[in-house]
Amino acid sequence: MAQAKLERSEQINGWLFVAPALVLLGVFMAYPILWSLWMSFQTGKGMNISFGGLTNIMRLTEDAVFLRALRNTLTFLVVQVPIMLVLALLFASALNDSRLWGRSFFRTAIFLPCATSLVAYSILFKSMFANDGVINDFLRFAGIISDPIPWLGDPFWAKVVIIAAITWRWTGYNMIFYLAALQNIDRSIYEAARIDGVPAWGRFWYLTVPMLKPVILFTSVISTIGTLQLFDEVNTITLGGPSDATLTLSLYIYNLTFKFMPSLGYASTVSYVIVVLVGVLSFLQFMVARDRRR
Amino acid sequence: MSASEQTAELGPALGVRRLQPTFNVFGWLSRGLTYLILIAASAISIFPFLWMVISSTNTAADVLKGKSSLGSALWANIVSLFTQVDVPRVFGNSALLAIVGTALTLTVSSLAGYGFEMFRSRFREKIFGFLLLMLSIPFAALMVPLFIMMASLKLINTYTAIILPTIASIFMIFYFRQATKAFPSELRDAARIDGLKEWQIFLHIYLPVMRSTYAAAIIIVFMANWNNYLWPLIVLQTNEKKTITLVIQSLASAYYPDYGVVMVGTILATLPTLIIFFLLQRRFVEGMLGAVK
Repeated sequence: MAQAKLERSEQINGWLFVAPALVLLGVFMAYPILWSLWMSFQTGKGMNISFGGLTNIMRLTEDAVFLRALRNTLTFLVVQVPIMLVLALLFASALNDSRLWGRSFFRTAIFLPCATSLVAYSILFKSMFANDGVINDFLRFAGIISDPIPWLGDPFWAKVVIIAAITWRWTGYNMIFYLAALQNIDRSIYEAARIDGVPAWGRFWYLTVPMLKPVILFTSVISTIGTLQLFDEVNTITLGGPSDATLTLSLYIYNLTFKFMPSLGYASTVSYVIVVLVGVLSFLQFMVARDRRR
Repeated sequence: MSASEQTAELGPALGVRRLQPTFNVFGWLSRGLTYLILIAASAISIFPFLWMVISSTNTAADVLKGKSSLGSALWANIVSLFTQVDVPRVFGNSALLAIVGTALTLTVSSLAGYGFEMFRSRFREKIFGFLLLMLSIPFAALMVPLFIMMASLKLINTYTAIILPTIASIFMIFYFRQATKAFPSELRDAARIDGLKEWQIFLHIYLPVMRSTYAAAIIIVFMANWNNYLWPLIVLQTNEKKTITLVIQSLASAYYPDYGVVMVGTILATLPTLIIFFLLQRRFVEGMLGAVK
């Protein structure tokens, strides 16, 4: 009797503690995501909408702007995430050496960009990469280029600026995860490998990388999710230009909803492309990480 | 005896040659290279901050010409910013949103994290697993329905609309659940024997014990709220409601941005998070890592 009463009070208390969060998540997350799934089958503009079946999905395949946004987003993902994670891993393993002079200075400096907001650092990058700006000045001074690069006016270079900007902002963030994981690794393994004559790159590749696999997986999943949602930077630095060269899926959804005559159904369809991409890519990354273990 | 000592003894016995002398030359080279890379990376990381400070003292034309020395336009830029924008108001808006949002997020998410960990049930574990799946729902997929929802509730251009969807954060629930695993259950049992109610245990025992967990969470959530851009951009429409992030963005997206002025604004927008970063760097890192451990 007393046992049953205790169990029931445990149950009630358990629900009471989690209820506010569950209600809010239900109303502002679960419901909207299901609603937007339903909306993605609606066509029409403004408030004048009707059920369109697969019309929106057909429209995706013929929409040149969407295809460009998809290609740009995937380009950012495929180029930027690996560069950033490799840099973060290299910095972390360099900083993990306790004999390194100025270690905490380097760590703080490389981590510092995390303290800026996405909009604030985007503004800084936009001004630095102006045609006669400080980056071109530096490159000319260093003798790397003779004519200024039209950073924000050229489709290729505009992508480079966006990639450089994101890498600047997030490398230190990922590095901190790697550093923390490295500090949990028993140092004697490295000593043993070193004495056995395993060179530095071999220790990095055969010891560090496999042991950090769970953290590498975690950072690559969150970086993938972040990059697929890229908005603040492109909206501030390039507005998606020149000629849609840096238009991302998020920016396209924003434009479809709030800039043009709103076509909410189609915007929802595009947003589900991101949902599907996040799901598929996260799944693939988990599979790759699991296969390598065997 | 550690593994390295064992190997050190076994090495010669097994005929492994010691590569110490050649290793040293290579070691010096790679050490030099390491420093070179780290110095370059630090310089690149720090430069935009210097650029922000330098540019705030220059005219727009000088900023675009890449002038990298201090100028004399700082005061003019400050005056210009304060006449174009109601700075105290905009700064206050950001602070209000960030503080209220952070307080609510921490309350709701820590209650849920505590609840999920302390009162286990099979059904709630399933819900928790479901929440982890929802963690990967991108905001881009929510913004259209959320906007329609807020419009139909007549909440457009209100702070309620901004704060409501951000209160329950799955990431923070997860973070608090992980942290609660370290909360000693003896404390709870003792309090129960003393006749404390569950909410009293949470308020009077859990909260004080978990102070540092809350401190780290405050930093993470405050920074996210302070820097939030896309959702406030969608919801807020009148100037007197706008946040400092929205204002500097719109100043910078003018056809001919007055960069000197924009930089003063950018400094103001970055200062609070920079101060938090330098004062509480260790907590900041703990907070980031907390949810992963």
